[in-house]
Amino acid sequence: MTLPPFERFYDEHREEIYAFLVRRLGRGRAEDAFQETFLRALRAYPKLRHGEHLRAWAYTIASRIAIDEHRRPRADAELPELEALDGRPAFAQLEHLADELPPTERAAVVLRYGYDLDYADIGAALGSNATAARQAASAGIRRLRRKEVQ
Amino acid sequence: MTPVSTDLDRRFRAAAAREHLLDVAYDLVDTPIGALLVAATDRGLCRIAYDADPERELDLLARVFGLRVLRSPVPIDPARRQLDEYFAGKRQRFDLDVDLALQADFNRRVLRELSRVPYGDVVTYGELAMRAARPRAARAVGTVMNRNPLPIVLPCHRVIGSNGKLVGYGGGLHRKEALLRLEGALL
Repeated sequence: MTLPPFERFYDEHREEIYAFLVRRLGRGRAEDAFQETFLRALRAYPKLRHGEHLRAWAYTIASRIAIDEHRRPRADAELPELEALDGRPAFAQLEHLADELPPTERAAVVLRYGYDLDYADIGAALGSNATAARQAASAGIRRLRRKEVQ
Repeated sequence: MTPVSTDLDRRFRAAAAREHLLDVAYDLVDTPIGALLVAATDRGLCRIAYDADPERELDLLARVFGLRVLRSPVPIDPARRQLDEYFAGKRQRFDLDVDLALQADFNRRVLRELSRVPYGDVVTYGELAMRAARPRAARAVGTVMNRNPLPIVLPCHRVIGSNGKLVGYGGGLHRKEALLRLEGALL
């Protein structure tokens, strides 16, 4: 699948990415995160080699930015629950580990365990649904366990 | 679900251009002879299209200039302003950077000569060929006019047949006529 012109990518994904960021950060902080998500996507766009999984890619960028936003204390915003992140962030370890998984499983594992997205969001990111996302994540985890044993 | 506000959308599109992240920015510009799709790279104006089909234009711009194509009004504003003035009869010369980097040498030479044909004047295909130092290339000049990437700003409407007929125009003869009438070259 060839990469679409950026306008089309933006047009297709902006609403759901914004909705996702509003859920994660609240409306006050979602706007900056939204802009940063698509600016980052623009910077990386020339390096993409194909147009597959663009939606999951957009969610991955948005999740990363949402995590950065969580870490950045801001007095004027109502903060969603912040879980403690010790040492190397979970998503960094996972992305590396999951590198060799098939793309859908990789995206599901990274979004679930690295970014702590719920299965409904992951399903949306992958263009399927919560059930399929759960299955992909657990298939990915099983595959990683098998690799660990080897 | 909260939709992306017009303001947020506008801010993103402006920021993308401000940070030089776009291969091409484009926008629609309303004129008395119809909406124009106007596109620009960092180097300058690269395309003006009549009756543009947005989807087709997107693909074309992406293929020619790069995938990072985004509708972004700010980089197009200077062209919009000057086109407004031109159609109001308040401007006779465009003062805009143009990006002809992807044009073949011959085309670029012809288009450069074309840009020197003054407001209110007309020139024949043959004369223009002569000015571009290719006196026998009237027909090739016709082809360059037909594919002019920047109509109006590069005034291919000022080029007519040796018999005084308007001959042809990429945007349709009615537009060529309207532009020449606006400039007082046609009564």
